[in-house]
Amino acid sequence: MTVKLKPLESFRDDFSFSNSPEAIARFPFPFPEDSYMYSVNLEPATPREPGSVLAHWFDIDEHYRSEMAERARVLDHDPRRCIVMPHMQQAAWDTVEMLMTHLADDYPELFSLSRDGACWTWHNRALDIRHSFTFGDAATLPYEPLEYITRQVQGDFALLDQRDGDLFMDAGMVTSPADWSLAFDAGMSFKEWHAPVPMAHQMGVFERALKYLLNIQVDRPARRLNWTMTVNPRLDTSPETYHEWGHERGMVTPDNVARMVHLRVELQFMPRLPRSNALLFSIRTYLISLEELATNPAWACRLHRVLRDLPDAIADYKGLTRYRRTVVDWLAQFDPEVQSA
Amino acid sequence: MSELLSVRVAAVRALTPVVREFTLVAEHGRLPGFSAGSHVVVHMQARERKFRNAYSLLSDPADPGEYRIAVRLQDDSRGGSRFMHEQVGVGDRLQLSPPANLFSLHSLGRHHLLIAGGIGITPFMAQIAALSAAGASFELHYAFRGGLTDAYADELARRLGERLHCYDAHRDVFLDLPALLAGQALGTHAYVCGPQGLIAAVREQALSLGWPPGRVHWEAFEAPRPGEAFTARLAASGQDIAVAPDQSLLEALEDAGLDIPNLCRGGVCGQCATAYVAGDVEHRDSYLDPSQRNALLMPCVSRGRCDTPLVLDL
Repeated sequence: MTVKLKPLESFRDDFSFSNSPEAIARFPFPFPEDSYMYSVNLEPATPREPGSVLAHWFDIDEHYRSEMAERARVLDHDPRRCIVMPHMQQAAWDTVEMLMTHLADDYPELFSLSRDGACWTWHNRALDIRHSFTFGDAATLPYEPLEYITRQVQGDFALLDQRDGDLFMDAGMVTSPADWSLAFDAGMSFKEWHAPVPMAHQMGVFERALKYLLNIQVDRPARRLNWTMTVNPRLDTSPETYHEWGHERGMVTPDNVARMVHLRVELQFMPRLPRSNALLFSIRTYLISLEELATNPAWACRLHRVLRDLPDAIADYKGLTRYRRTVVDWLAQFDPEVQSA
Repeated sequence: MSELLSVRVAAVRALTPVVREFTLVAEHGRLPGFSAGSHVVVHMQARERKFRNAYSLLSDPADPGEYRIAVRLQDDSRGGSRFMHEQVGVGDRLQLSPPANLFSLHSLGRHHLLIAGGIGITPFMAQIAALSAAGASFELHYAFRGGLTDAYADELARRLGERLHCYDAHRDVFLDLPALLAGQALGTHAYVCGPQGLIAAVREQALSLGWPPGRVHWEAFEAPRPGEAFTARLAASGQDIAVAPDQSLLEALEDAGLDIPNLCRGGVCGQCATAYVAGDVEHRDSYLDPSQRNALLMPCVSRGRCDTPLVLDL
């Protein structure tokens, strides 16, 4: 299936980002039922139907060029969005190999890779990049290897070192976080970086999730969906730039809510990095405005019920509290139970 | 059952009278990469029975083209190692579970002290390749019986020089563990693979010298020992499953079509823990603590008794 790439759109300032009808149709709507609570919603990442966001390990879609331009811009202002601790070099090269081989296999019209021993040639037609380099020799690439490849792949990437029966966030490329910071979390253990999440610790969610992740085998990845909401289609909602976006939560009105508020879904995909035994935690973010989402009335109805009944602690943690009421009121028009009451 | 890798035996080498090395290549496409210390579970289809044994990958993780494993013929083999030695030759096909690593090198170790007993050398073959490639500081202590379980002594002597220390029981040369562990610098991680007695000795000695437990890593891959025949009963369906003396409970459940998660098949990783509701259990694992054993068992190694059925919460 060939991906049609859109021309450049923006995730800041004039916010020209939007989804085509095809992108809306394949949006990973994250709610299997009318209410939401934390759970260990991990599952084996078996490929799903062609064209869906679950068809390949790493999904490339129409926003590819825009997201890569946005990443480059964020890195220009803050190079600390990419961190690789010295003991994570091999995991970084594992990531290069995994991303290049999967992209070349899954999107041959966009990417190709030729390998002759350690001499590799990578060709990215979408961004007009071609490099020949020596696999394992960072000096032969224009950037550190993790930065080089993740400047060309949609989604954020955390590389988790596995040791002492735990996972440690010791490397990553994170330019589109849902209000968390790689520089802050760097070096933390699994439970340490999840410490701010309410309710889930008491439910034992992180203990069970960690046990599952530690046992992921080579070529047997896991995945899950996570979600939050974002005002404006802004990818970089990081603590480092909170002054640029935090106040926007107070700008939502009944008139602008449908275009301004976005459901933000993370497709998290976790494969074992074969040679380093590190775990790759990739976070592919999809944004959809309420207006776009409501083109599917079943989604709008379900989102209405989920947000209406969401526990306050979760709404607070996700940063929804200031505008939740406005969103729920707007979505009510799509809920037959409300309309008939 | 999750998908298995199909491989072909490309070479077989008899390294000693009791150790054979097998080189495995992919039937289709490429083999997945692996990290040093990983193992695979080899699925063997014998005439009447299926065997599934875990073997460490000993080839260089940087070489993606092939896997190598070494199999020691066990005196009380349940059939798996005998099958590998007597039935498997060049050109034969085998199926593997994908690599999993329960014995990885610690990324923050400043010095790596590797201690191998006999066939326990296999995971270290991959680890010394990885450590050498990384320029890391390490030493290997290799205890064996010369001419019998010294499968890689000559090759290692060439590769490692002074970093190799051999202890041949046939020449009455023995490892002085207290001296070895007492002389290590802070920041050292110790790794031991071999017979239970060696593992226990290293762990106890390190503990008594005040090593933090997280600095001692061990792997005991022994195929499950045989026992008495017994009957397992599935609580949900009432189905009875006969477990033969030379078969593990896990193998019997798999043969009956149940898909039980598992990684090490040696009572260590905890993946196959299964609840039981009635019956006497002979616990043989090193994972469950005594309080857990009242309700859980590890079917990869533990067994029921012959007189009453073991009723599993399955």
